[in-house]
Amino acid sequence: MQFGMLRVKELTGGYGAAPVVRSVSFEVEAGTMLGILGPNGSGKSTLLKMMSGLLQADSGTVEIGGRSIAEYSRKAFARQVAVLPQLQADTFSQTAYQTVTLGRYPHQTGLFAGWSDADERAVQKAMDRMGVTEYRDTEIEFMSGGERQRVFVAQALAQEAPVLLLDEPTNHLDIAHQQQLLDTVRRQATENGLTVVSVFHDVNLASLYCDRLLLMDRGEVAAIGTPDEVVDERKMERVYAARVRAGMHPEVPKPQITLLPAKEPEDRQEVIRKADFSVSREYVHLNSRIPMMAVSSAVFGAGAGWYRHFVNRNVGADYSTDDAGTEMRDWLYETGFPLTQTVAMMTAAMTEDAVIGEYGPPDAPIVVCVTAGVGNAVDASLGTDRDAYAGTINTWVIVNGHLPEEALIQGMITATEAKAKAMQTEHVLDPLTGTVATGTSTDSLLIAATQRGNRYPYAGTATELGKAIGRGVFECTAEAIRRYRNRKADFERESR
Amino acid sequence: MKKIRQRKTKQPATAYTVSAAMLLLALWLGVSVGSVKIPFHVLVDPEADEVAANILWNIRMPRVVLAGLVGGSLALAGAAFQGLLKNPLADPYTLGVSSGASVGAVATLFFGIGLFGAYTLPIFSMAGAMAVLLLVIGFARAVDRSLKMETIILTGVIFGSFLGSVLSLMIALTGEELRQIISWLLGSVSMRGWKYVWIILPFLLVGGLLLWLCRRELNAMLFGEERAHHLGVDVRKRKWMILGGGSILTGSAVAVSGTIGFVGLVVPHMTRILWGSDHRHLLPLSFINGASLLVLCDLVARTIISPTELPVGVITSFIGAPVFAFIFYRQRRKGAVRHA
Repeated sequence: MQFGMLRVKELTGGYGAAPVVRSVSFEVEAGTMLGILGPNGSGKSTLLKMMSGLLQADSGTVEIGGRSIAEYSRKAFARQVAVLPQLQADTFSQTAYQTVTLGRYPHQTGLFAGWSDADERAVQKAMDRMGVTEYRDTEIEFMSGGERQRVFVAQALAQEAPVLLLDEPTNHLDIAHQQQLLDTVRRQATENGLTVVSVFHDVNLASLYCDRLLLMDRGEVAAIGTPDEVVDERKMERVYAARVRAGMHPEVPKPQITLLPAKEPEDRQEVIRKADFSVSREYVHLNSRIPMMAVSSAVFGAGAGWYRHFVNRNVGADYSTDDAGTEMRDWLYETGFPLTQTVAMMTAAMTEDAVIGEYGPPDAPIVVCVTAGVGNAVDASLGTDRDAYAGTINTWVIVNGHLPEEALIQGMITATEAKAKAMQTEHVLDPLTGTVATGTSTDSLLIAATQRGNRYPYAGTATELGKAIGRGVFECTAEAIRRYRNRKADFERESR
Repeated sequence: MKKIRQRKTKQPATAYTVSAAMLLLALWLGVSVGSVKIPFHVLVDPEADEVAANILWNIRMPRVVLAGLVGGSLALAGAAFQGLLKNPLADPYTLGVSSGASVGAVATLFFGIGLFGAYTLPIFSMAGAMAVLLLVIGFARAVDRSLKMETIILTGVIFGSFLGSVLSLMIALTGEELRQIISWLLGSVSMRGWKYVWIILPFLLVGGLLLWLCRRELNAMLFGEERAHHLGVDVRKRKWMILGGGSILTGSAVAVSGTIGFVGLVVPHMTRILWGSDHRHLLPLSFINGASLLVLCDLVARTIISPTELPVGVITSFIGAPVFAFIFYRQRRKGAVRHA
């Protein structure tokens, strides 16, 4: 069996007659990290206590490096397994250095064992790794919680044991210190082959940092496997008896859960209407009283998210910048829009000519808003090389209803098809190829839903919602193109 | 507010030199000062002044040496109890252990037990000390598993008062030995002679050795028993060694000098403030400084209202009780700040 490998077989035990942990078996490969999860009272801390020899198991075995822990003396065991305690207050203060040197206790055997060079080296190395060397002569009483916790990790590392057990190591730490601590522990596992078993309260942290997870439920193993296998909506909801949603972390392919708060009674009054749009020379602005789930290809706030402000800004035909995103951000900030709650598009077309219409059910309509400038109309099917310049069709579809993600995407397809049809009907030609254009080179599209009221599972062209979106986008786009042409014609007449 | 208090690497050599010098000075003051001044040359040349030499070697020296050994024992026991219980207010007196030792000692007089000859008294003292120590810790643990500072001290006070009543009862029932017991109870090292030095010495060596063997374990236990366990300490065995060592020291000290309070509280506290809480140095330094303190206290006790002598326990309580109050105040304030 591998050095540092840990094997738990049929472990049963607890404090009284009824065992808290029942027949738990698992293995941890050397150099990997196992997270133990479970609700309060599921036996995760008790399991860890039995693994660290603090609590005698009723039956079953724990093997470290192939030997049962019962065969080790206390000191020999401490040379194999280090345990990081939860943060605690101490009566008598010691310096960081003194604290870390205690990690060498199991290596000092014999009556007159002195302090060897190996001891000193191990202490220095542990303190360097945890970045606490500068606190060498500081009393831990005067250190912050995070610094103190790092000193104790250094103490555990100074033990130079191949296995490290942790019991909710991030308790009482702020997020920066949680991150620091777990990053370090993770690095010790990956780079130095440390075997880590840690009890976690926080499912998401465990999922981010551990190779494998063990989910405990009422003293038994409910699930064991990779984070993908264990952090599952249904398993979590069953074991924790909580309403959660599971999804992927935005940057790392590890599952994360979020809690769903109890539903408050929905405010039926919150309906977005045509009248909620304000239109001026500078921009079209929709301010929603409630955040809306939006998917868009905007300049600012693109992608999916919850937003309350929707802005379509007129930038004029001579607008030019190296970085439209930053320029837009600055403009939004100066104009007073809350950046985290705003989606913004830009257009060279006159925002005053925006066409806004209500479609579908009158009590909770689908509201469509389109601005169009087709000076650079493009037939997308030909793939012609060209320079992008001003002229844009910006389309907003606001749905008073509840849409799943797939319905939002279907809505985008439907809207795009309707836009292309409007181009065709209005006979907008690609000036380069002379063929009918399908859009312009810089079009943006946004679909936002209030996520309350009517439920729309789909938004394909055969559904009620799809029909309303299709008709709405077609009619508004066609009208916007006509207004654009009229204004252009007026302008040309005047300049003549 | 973040306050960094740095303690530069302490020089144990300095600590030992200063402490030893203080002890030598205390010893010399202890033997020379009094109704008869003893000049220094008598120490090296007894022939020069036979009366002075006689006072020096047969009266003052055994008294001062006994005071030193008792003070050292109590301070050592206090340091060990404080470390084990992580409680800065623990000492043989505040834990009620001294009362237990007294009851054990008085019981041997009361029942006329002479099982172990000259060592009967210290052995029964120790048994009493150990029994009360286990009762106090057991009771306090039953009250509050985390063994809070206040719980242990309150339990010690309760046991101390109860044992005080037991003592009073036994004294009331004896009659003839009354005076002897009362003066002994107040704590004194006067008129004991070399015999008592020989009684306490072997117990001091055994008790001191037991604690010395646990110096590193005491350091580990400052972080709690669970942490000590994880660092590889055989907690159960070490606890018995420390409790046993502390009881032996307390029992033998009480047997030769009665109850002298607060030495075990004040000395480790001061030593810790000056040189840190590393038990490898805290234990020996507490012993040396405990010896100095009690020698000086005894000097004050016998000279301050001369020719009448005060029991030395009066002087130590006079110093110790305010220090107790101060430590208590500081610990509670610290706790309050930490939990705020």
